[in-house]
Amino acid sequence: MQVSINVNGEQRSHEVEDRTLLVQYLRDDCGLTGTNIGCDTTSCGACTVLLDGESVKSCTVLAAQADGHEVTTIEGLADGEELHPMQRAFQQKHGLQCGFCTPGMVMASVSLVEENPNLTEAEVRAGLEGNLCRCTGYHNIVEAVLTAAKEKSGAAE
Amino acid sequence: MSILGTRVERREDPRLLTVGGTYVDDLRDPALDGALHVTYVRSPLAHAKITGIDTSAAWELPGVVGVFTAADVDLPPFPPNAGISGPPPAAMARPHLASGTVRYVGEPVAVVLTETWALGEDAAELVSGDYEPLDPVVDVGDALRDEVLLFPEAGTNVTGTSGELDDSLFEGCEVVVTRQIENQRVAAAPLEVRTAACAWDGHKVTLWLSNQNAQSCRDELMANLGLPQEQVRVITPDVGGGFGAKIGVEQEAALLAFLAKRADRPVKWVESRSENLVAMTHGRAQRQVVTIGGRRDGTVLAYRLEIIQDVGAYPRMGAFLPLLTRFMVSGVYDIPKVESIARAVVTNTTPIGAYRGAGRPEATAAVERAMDLFAAETGVDPAEVRRRNLVRPEQFPYSTPGGMTYDTGEYLKGLVAVLEAADYRALREEQAERRAEGATHQLGIGLASYVEITAPNNTEGETGHVEIRPDGSVLVLTGSSPHGQGHWTSYAMLVSDQLGIDLDKIEVVHGDTDLIPKRVGTMGSRSLQLGGSAVHRAAVDVKEKARKLAAELIEIDEADLELTDGSWQVRGTPNVSLSWAELAQRAEDGLAADVHFTEDRPTFPFGSHLAVVEVDTETGKVNYLRHVTVDDAGVIINPILTEGQRHGGIAQGAAQALLEEVSYDADGNPQNANLADYAFITAAELPSFELLTMETPTTLNPLGVKGIGEAGTIGATPAVHNAVVDAVSHLGVRHIDMPTTPERVWKAIQVHS
Ligand code: FES
Ligand code: FES
Repeated sequence: MQVSINVNGEQRSHEVEDRTLLVQYLRDDCGLTGTNIGCDTTSCGACTVLLDGESVKSCTVLAAQADGHEVTTIEGLADGEELHPMQRAFQQKHGLQCGFCTPGMVMASVSLVEENPNLTEAEVRAGLEGNLCRCTGYHNIVEAVLTAAKEKSGAAE
Repeated sequence: MSILGTRVERREDPRLLTVGGTYVDDLRDPALDGALHVTYVRSPLAHAKITGIDTSAAWELPGVVGVFTAADVDLPPFPPNAGISGPPPAAMARPHLASGTVRYVGEPVAVVLTETWALGEDAAELVSGDYEPLDPVVDVGDALRDEVLLFPEAGTNVTGTSGELDDSLFEGCEVVVTRQIENQRVAAAPLEVRTAACAWDGHKVTLWLSNQNAQSCRDELMANLGLPQEQVRVITPDVGGGFGAKIGVEQEAALLAFLAKRADRPVKWVESRSENLVAMTHGRAQRQVVTIGGRRDGTVLAYRLEIIQDVGAYPRMGAFLPLLTRFMVSGVYDIPKVESIARAVVTNTTPIGAYRGAGRPEATAAVERAMDLFAAETGVDPAEVRRRNLVRPEQFPYSTPGGMTYDTGEYLKGLVAVLEAADYRALREEQAERRAEGATHQLGIGLASYVEITAPNNTEGETGHVEIRPDGSVLVLTGSSPHGQGHWTSYAMLVSDQLGIDLDKIEVVHGDTDLIPKRVGTMGSRSLQLGGSAVHRAAVDVKEKARKLAAELIEIDEADLELTDGSWQVRGTPNVSLSWAELAQRAEDGLAADVHFTEDRPTFPFGSHLAVVEVDTETGKVNYLRHVTVDDAGVIINPILTEGQRHGGIAQGAAQALLEEVSYDADGNPQNANLADYAFITAAELPSFELLTMETPTTLNPLGVKGIGEAGTIGATPAVHNAVVDAVSHLGVRHIDMPTTPERVWKAIQVHS
């Protein structure tokens, strides 16, 4: 079947098998390999992207379901050379080590802060429960998200 | 001011944060164009004779390019890993695909090659195996009885025995306590599963591998394929975590060379998470019995550790790990009489390999539980029992009963720092209050002091190459192969510190056996102390060469030259200078140095952890509240990186104490074959960690650094475990096996109420 998806601001059209998952579509058809696959049970969150601005696990969405919608992946987050505040916070706070969970973690965090910039530590922890990281112990990820959130709520005031 | 010791942000990050790095599955190398997908068909039974495998239906599926079983593969099996008392029986060698007998659920029995990934799943389902079940051996105790043998030709399930026991060990002790402890099987579960790709170019094969040590994989592959070094290349691009489980080439990856040759096309293998959890090596899996004895005042006089190591179905690293446990048996304590014994046995379960700490966490878990058992029996406070028995600073270098020589340590200082930072006294008071009130939520305080051996395989050393390119930038080649540790940043800092060259101009390259043929890799927390020391020395050598060359070119005495603002200047005459680029261009044989660095002995970082938990006595649920630590790894090159390693280690250690366990039913069926069933720890179950800093340099390398990668794990597991038991100890509970799930905790409470 034919799907047309706006990926990172660019309209794309591809012929795909019906069963193609959004994550496969992004990786194999669009060549955007930043989105990773870490499991087969929707448990790890490595594949998290934004679908019309909301975070979804792209291993649980069919490419067909995204037809006519907008998808943002890690590749579409920075503004040219300028990192997104969440990307910057992850670097500053050392919120990544091997980097494999990172694209999904960053996308999930962006959406979390988008929903509520006045997050508490406990809310960040609960909000990221669906995103697994084996390297960082989450400590610095939580710090990064709180830092980016503070920046956002400060900017909003 | 030196850049060393400062909080430099990682050079690795911008790429990982914007395009997500390049892991094996992300490679779009033209050599891999049109790669076929490799899918393994795995055994559904733990122990069985294979009576037939029907591949005909799979062949009929359009898009299937090949189906292979053991009979088609003409490669020698992989020999067993080193054991604890000489090599395990040769009969325990491991074939690429099971031949004749399957020995664990998940063992590969066939492999399909397909045009697409999705087709691989379809085709694998069409391969049907006929099996004649054999009795499974799941428990190590059963395995030891040798009634059912995994390898009848070997005549035993035992892969090795080491150590002896002396009946008189506890003579003269006023108090003796003994307890069996399960150090349960856990999954390394790196977020990136095992992945490999392979292509032949004429006679030369290249294997891209998600792995911690490209060169050892190359060597194993050479031996397996019978090829010389020039014909085998291994490349490890970005690696999404390893934790010990990505050391060495596994047979599924090794078979890719054969498959690519047969198909005459490149091939790629990306296992699924469900496969990863049953087929990648697991860690730990020791049954231990601790016995501890001493005086009523809390002085420990004798300690014994008996270990039965579950090796899993084939002797991999698991057959060797108990030796590391035996080396570290008495930990940080100065105990007059210590002994240990280990036996290792094969069982019909996934093979055991290294996992963060590999053998050392098991030693610490045992002795730290033993200290608490002893404290409970004598009625002396656990902190006081530790304080009383620690090795003292004036005893270093300290020779241990395990045969080690600890280089440097300040064990008491670390413990005291943690007790003070956590306000131990106040915690105990709060605990007493809650106990007096009979509160539903009881407080538990757990301590662990540990010493860790890093670079246990230091004799092989590590090599560093530093080279100034004609444009003044620097190329660093290292044999240590990072998978998240931030080598680029720390090695660039070491080079910049010597040469005054900007970090942005320093490139650190690793993980390609053609560029770096002879190295060791990243394991055992060896990187900075061996690889980093090598890079540092190479930078020093380059600097000296540059000084000589500059002196010659400017025709001035070396002593009159100084390295300022990234160029060589004549002291007092700053307008006479030579840049690094100029020097590199004018050096006849280039401006480079190669150093192989070896330490005389391993180093021994140490620390103390204190965990605070709350236990709901009605449900058994544990709430993990605080974690305070000192992890002293000698001199710190970049505090950001060390903290990150500590955080990750603490989380993994705590995960073992609280949640994680790979278990099997009586037939050997895995109970946690995906991330929905395996209790992988999440952000929601962890507190933020409270880290204290302490630096006790080692004298064994020029940087004074020790390893930090595994330390957090080693200290965290027993601290959290002890905290949970402590929370309910007033009810008479002395021990609860890990993981301390609500069910286990609740049951322990019921027994005593
Ligand atoms: S790959 Fe989508 S949640 Fe794991
Ligand atoms: S950084 Fe490695 S899994 Fe999160």
